[in-house]
Amino acid sequence: MGRYIVRRILWGVLLLIVVAALMFVFFRILPTGDPAKLRAGRTASAKLLSEIRHDLGLDKPLLTQFWEFMKELFLHFKLGYSYYSSAPVTELIKNRLPATISLVAGGALIWLLSGVTVGIISAIRRRTVLDRASMGTALVLVSAPEYWLGLIALYFFAADIGKVHVFPGAGTYVGLSSDPGKWFTSLILPWLVVAASNAAIYARLMRGSLIDVMGEDYIRTARAKGLRERRVIVRHGVRSAINPIVTIFGLDIGVLLGSAILVETVFNIPGIGRLNYDAITHADFPIVQGTVLAAALFIVCANIVVDIAYAYLDPRVRYS
Amino acid sequence: MSALVEVRDLVKHFPLTRGIVLQRRFGEVKAVDGVSFDIERGETLGIVGETGCGKSTTARLIMRLLESTSGSIKYEGRDITRVKGAELKAIRRDMQMIFQDPYSSLNPRKTVGSIISEPFIIHRVESDKAARKLAVQELMETVGLNPEHYNRFPHEFSGGQRQRIGVARALALKPKLLIADEPVSALDVSIQAQVLNLLRDLQRRFGLTVVFIAHDLSVVRHMCDRVAVMYLGKVVELGGGDALYGAPQHPYTGALLAAVPVPDPARHHTERRLLTGDVPSPANPPKACRFHTRCPKAQERCSVEEPLLRVPEGGRTEVACHFPLTEGELAQMGVRSAG
Amino acid sequence: MSSRTLAGTSEPLLRVEDLHVEFHTEDGVVHAVDGITYQVLPGGTLGIVGESGSGKTVSSLTTMGLTRPQGAHISGRILFEGRDLVTLSDAEMRKIRGNDIAMVFQDPLSSLHPFYKVGAQLIEAVRAHNDVSKSTARERAVDLLGLVGIPDPARRIDDYPHEFSGGMRQRAMIAMALANEPKLLIADEPTTALDVTVQAQILALMERLQRELGMAIVIITHDLGVVAELADDIAVMYAGRIVETTSAERLFESPQHPYTWGLLKSIPSLEGSRERELVPIPGSPPSLISRPRGCHFHPRCAYVQPEHKVVDPHLEQVPGEPDHHVACLLSPEERRGLWHALQEGRTPHEAIETVGLQEGGA
Repeated sequence: MGRYIVRRILWGVLLLIVVAALMFVFFRILPTGDPAKLRAGRTASAKLLSEIRHDLGLDKPLLTQFWEFMKELFLHFKLGYSYYSSAPVTELIKNRLPATISLVAGGALIWLLSGVTVGIISAIRRRTVLDRASMGTALVLVSAPEYWLGLIALYFFAADIGKVHVFPGAGTYVGLSSDPGKWFTSLILPWLVVAASNAAIYARLMRGSLIDVMGEDYIRTARAKGLRERRVIVRHGVRSAINPIVTIFGLDIGVLLGSAILVETVFNIPGIGRLNYDAITHADFPIVQGTVLAAALFIVCANIVVDIAYAYLDPRVRYS
Repeated sequence: MSALVEVRDLVKHFPLTRGIVLQRRFGEVKAVDGVSFDIERGETLGIVGETGCGKSTTARLIMRLLESTSGSIKYEGRDITRVKGAELKAIRRDMQMIFQDPYSSLNPRKTVGSIISEPFIIHRVESDKAARKLAVQELMETVGLNPEHYNRFPHEFSGGQRQRIGVARALALKPKLLIADEPVSALDVSIQAQVLNLLRDLQRRFGLTVVFIAHDLSVVRHMCDRVAVMYLGKVVELGGGDALYGAPQHPYTGALLAAVPVPDPARHHTERRLLTGDVPSPANPPKACRFHTRCPKAQERCSVEEPLLRVPEGGRTEVACHFPLTEGELAQMGVRSAG
Repeated sequence: MSSRTLAGTSEPLLRVEDLHVEFHTEDGVVHAVDGITYQVLPGGTLGIVGESGSGKTVSSLTTMGLTRPQGAHISGRILFEGRDLVTLSDAEMRKIRGNDIAMVFQDPLSSLHPFYKVGAQLIEAVRAHNDVSKSTARERAVDLLGLVGIPDPARRIDDYPHEFSGGMRQRAMIAMALANEPKLLIADEPTTALDVTVQAQILALMERLQRELGMAIVIITHDLGVVAELADDIAVMYAGRIVETTSAERLFESPQHPYTWGLLKSIPSLEGSRERELVPIPGSPPSLISRPRGCHFHPRCAYVQPEHKVVDPHLEQVPGEPDHHVACLLSPEERRGLWHALQEGRTPHEAIETVGLQEGGA
């Protein structure tokens, strides 16, 4: 087991190095725009440009630049400075992290609970009106784009511009530590929007997975023992059916932490996605690079957590 | 004339590895561990044994579907253990295989006609389309399929018919050697007999040399002239069907035969001596004689000195055992000696 | 002596009467079990023989109430100790399942839950019908594993199913079935997935347990050898019906149904001449959605006569054998003559000539 985890972590680190190298290639070698020009502005003189180049180390050979970039990144966790605010990128990301975590954690909790519950009920009450209704709703939610759902939600329920003034609207986010009540209410709409499409996917996945599992021989054995149907479903069915859900749940959280761009933008939540969006519109490459690497880190971590969880859930994996 | 195939000291070890970046070998599964036998022209050689005895691996080694760890395989006197490329392709043309599962060994998206004509295309014979179709339909007729079903898909056929498709495909290039790996174990009893009869007919009609691999001892007896019994990667007994079934010499062969349930309730309550325990892991087989851990006749010598395959005095089969079964023991085990 | 499988003087433990099980699917109604009657005496062994799709498994799953979740349409009666199981509520059925009637399945690996330890699954079986503490149930589970011959049961109880060998898994399944000392054990192809030496061990184990615990056994198999070893009585099923039933001795001595003949002549023997040709049954079993008219076996029967394609045969007593029933339209004399000819090694074609029948019902 220990070996297994160590191997997963080493692979994760290797993956991060590859991503970092790709980032370097994209931003320094491909013609994405001269960082010095971007930093100096359109009307800069040639002298200023070469000074900036020197400051940023852009006049050194590419390999040296690459080596320094990787050294800074992996030994000092430094991602450079914003072209605009000159603030360290690591700081910026750290400041934005709580908002993103708040959004993703709450949303994930909602979609996991609702998706799994609906999926289980649908699987057990297969082909009933209830099943068809929930799967139909799920289909609609899966198909609805997040930003559209977000705008619709604001249009109907936002306290400022909505038809019914229920929940605080866009741009009302406050940190958990400064006002827990406001933190909670401001996030209700974003949570629901983030959760909607995922809950739908989870419900469909859980339904399919449980229907498959309920056809397994060991379910027949469980029934043959004379167990109550509830126990057969929960202890024997759901216990097996949940495995693929756990896998995808970890990955979804990892992905979303790095890329909740649409929802954070629609609701104007100061998270990492929003940071990334702003950086892209301003061509602030160090931030883009930082957020992309952060996203990669989240995904790698999520992967490792999923693998460990999987080994915990399935004893057959533990021993192989 | 020499045997069609000569197998000598054939070994196949599958490595077990662990390690993070550098894979270290910490053991190996000794699937086939020093096996020698001949396949005579025109005979049906049976290989029997339980799960994990290496019978299927042996077949795949002969077919060159797996690379052997050591040992040699001669085909028509020529060493084919390491041949490659065009030479290998030519040999593959002469050797064909039928598999256990008629459901998964046929491509579901291809018509029966194109499945059976595949070997023609691969080996570039019958390049004329019309002639090829005719040849395929002839093959279908040979194996008892309706040639009009040329354009149907595998799922439209029953299990027995699908196995016939597999047989037709194997026969397309008029092979000299046909290896049938558990060809009937996935089929119902009544269908099983259809396929067995077909294989026996074809063998007689075309003078095929057949290697017949199965776990069912009565099926092997019915089909085979000679039989090799395998246990944990070794051949423990080898001989003519009548001799081996009538008077087995290896305690394992005896135990196998005694274990087969007989469709005759009159014999129902005879107490038989049963083997205890399960087959040990081929990753860590017992030393010397591999059967000594389960053998009722085992003595100290069996765990020290490996017995070699030879014909003992007065014996009619080759056996790898220090203490072959006596006639009295055979009677006691409930083996129905055919004398 | 009266017929043991159909009716009798002593009170049967299980009596199945005119049982029908249908599944309504998109393709049509599947007549999985089509009016079968049999009974099992306390402590007796009934073997149900048939190929895939004969209804042998469905009928037993229905006895356990296990076809209910699949939406089966069930009619007829299943009397267990006088109670009709068909009419019981799900809750009442659950109390019988795994308690009075237990079942062992074909593939022990897929029948055990891969995520729970063997012990946990045994303990669950004990506690499903007994209000005992976990530690008491665990002691019982260790005893059960020991009873079915697993060495060092106190340690092996904490293994997962994948750490057991195939034979040990099936032993564990049997231990689980025995958890509440059932009066009836239904074993559905219990040795089909096992090697022959392990199969012999499991069959010997079942015999021993039956002797020691006095339970009745229904063994379902396609292997005539296995039923010959274990069963007192045998029912042969084809396309959802019982086509022949009698004692094991009589079935092998004087089989009456052409399908039974086909099965017996299809299996190669371990003795006798190797030159003996197998006589397969031509064709394949019919679809249970659209079955042939008349005798369901007629399209595959070598001895078919014109009226067999129209008239549906019922189980009738074989003259002179109160214990022997067969559903065949051939006359008893014709059947005797045909089997005699087949026994002498003649082909069905030659056999027909010896009794003077018309071939192919033409």
